[in-house]
Amino acid sequence: MRTSDWLAARVADAVPDTAHGRRLTLAVPGWPGNAPGQHLDIRLTAPDGYQAERSYSIASSGPGESVEIAVDEIPEGEVSPYLVRVAEPGDALEVKGPLGAYFVWDPADPSPVQLIAGGSGIVPLLAMARARAAMSAGAPFRLLYSVRTAADALYRDEVERLGAAGLDVTWAYTRQAPTGWPGRVGRLDAERIAQATWMPAQHPLTFICGPTSFVEAAADAMVAAGHDAARVKTERFGGS
Amino acid sequence: MAEFTRGFGGRRRESDPRLPPGQYLTADFPVLSAGPTPRIAESEWSFSIRTESGAVTSWSWSEFLALPAEDVHTDIHCVTRWSKLDTTWRGVSIDTLFAGIDTSYEFAMAHSYGGYTTNVPMADLRGGKAWVAYAFDGKPLDPEHGGPARLLVPHLYFWKSAKWVRGLSMQKHDDPGFWEQNGYNLHGDPWTEERYW
Repeated sequence: MRTSDWLAARVADAVPDTAHGRRLTLAVPGWPGNAPGQHLDIRLTAPDGYQAERSYSIASSGPGESVEIAVDEIPEGEVSPYLVRVAEPGDALEVKGPLGAYFVWDPADPSPVQLIAGGSGIVPLLAMARARAAMSAGAPFRLLYSVRTAADALYRDEVERLGAAGLDVTWAYTRQAPTGWPGRVGRLDAERIAQATWMPAQHPLTFICGPTSFVEAAADAMVAAGHDAARVKTERFGGS
Repeated sequence: MAEFTRGFGGRRRESDPRLPPGQYLTADFPVLSAGPTPRIAESEWSFSIRTESGAVTSWSWSEFLALPAEDVHTDIHCVTRWSKLDTTWRGVSIDTLFAGIDTSYEFAMAHSYGGYTTNVPMADLRGGKAWVAYAFDGKPLDPEHGGPARLLVPHLYFWKSAKWVRGLSMQKHDDPGFWEQNGYNLHGDPWTEERYW
């Protein structure tokens, strides 16, 4: 594998997903395909030549020249407000990737998989869950998805559909739960993480993605519960 | 020059000659790690250098703190595109650690608690270019940022500044470490954007 140079891309589709997040499909001629969990770099160029670059996880996987990402707006950010508020089909940008060979699920690995997402950390994990759902048989998957409220959940409808189709989904709400929700509201603690995840004896492969504080807490809880730290893969974003 | 992106004007952050290409300034100190944060007690910590002869030189935490330390003021650049200017560290220069080490190999592999590795040429470690740092901003280094101690090689992308470092082993060739086997560049110069394979 050798990383491509920048590839010219166009926005093919832009769909609001939450009040502050959007799904974008990019048409990238020459895209070599990607594995579930990989990311890409996006470069925007202003009319005067000024450029800004950021990394985003990829929600899609497999062959083809269409790449899906989902972006949550960082209000003081530079690239995410453009992608969430401004970009429309036909707009030009550049893409480099796919990047990263570590935070990747191998569909041939029969180990049980535990996905733990905090907020927009769902994106690379959704790519894995989608890849698994597209297979007729494979590793058993569980997803623990922590969001502020149901309305803040990127890919809420699709996660519900995947749940109905057999993915073992546990939702966690940190600010407000839907009416009638029987569980606790608030940050995940070790006990709730243990209840919603595979037991250490099942020797799962765990992928955790989200803001740094969320990933630290979830990864610490998994290790404290007895999971092998070498089988807990993490991807963090945002400030500490 | 690429086709411009309709509607993108950029936020016109002040350009700074200390900012390498493709990087943006942050006041935060983001974290990039591949797994759970190892928590290493200072009483269990040691740092060692292994040479091609098999000789191992080790320092315990207290022995390490007794070595001559330096205050380092530097900018740091992460491959995930954030740069942080004017950071302050305290640690022991690699030159100090290698003062009594007999090696002719030109490359080193940094090993970390938690199993991670990264390869660095000695030319990027010697000559006042690199340290094993145990304090950031006047305080002990947080585990999330690599404490008790991390390698500090600020002129390379920050994944080379291995967190939770426990030693260097000399190697004849520039064999790739963990990140370098997983998509990152063998060397990692931010000024020439040596980001990926």
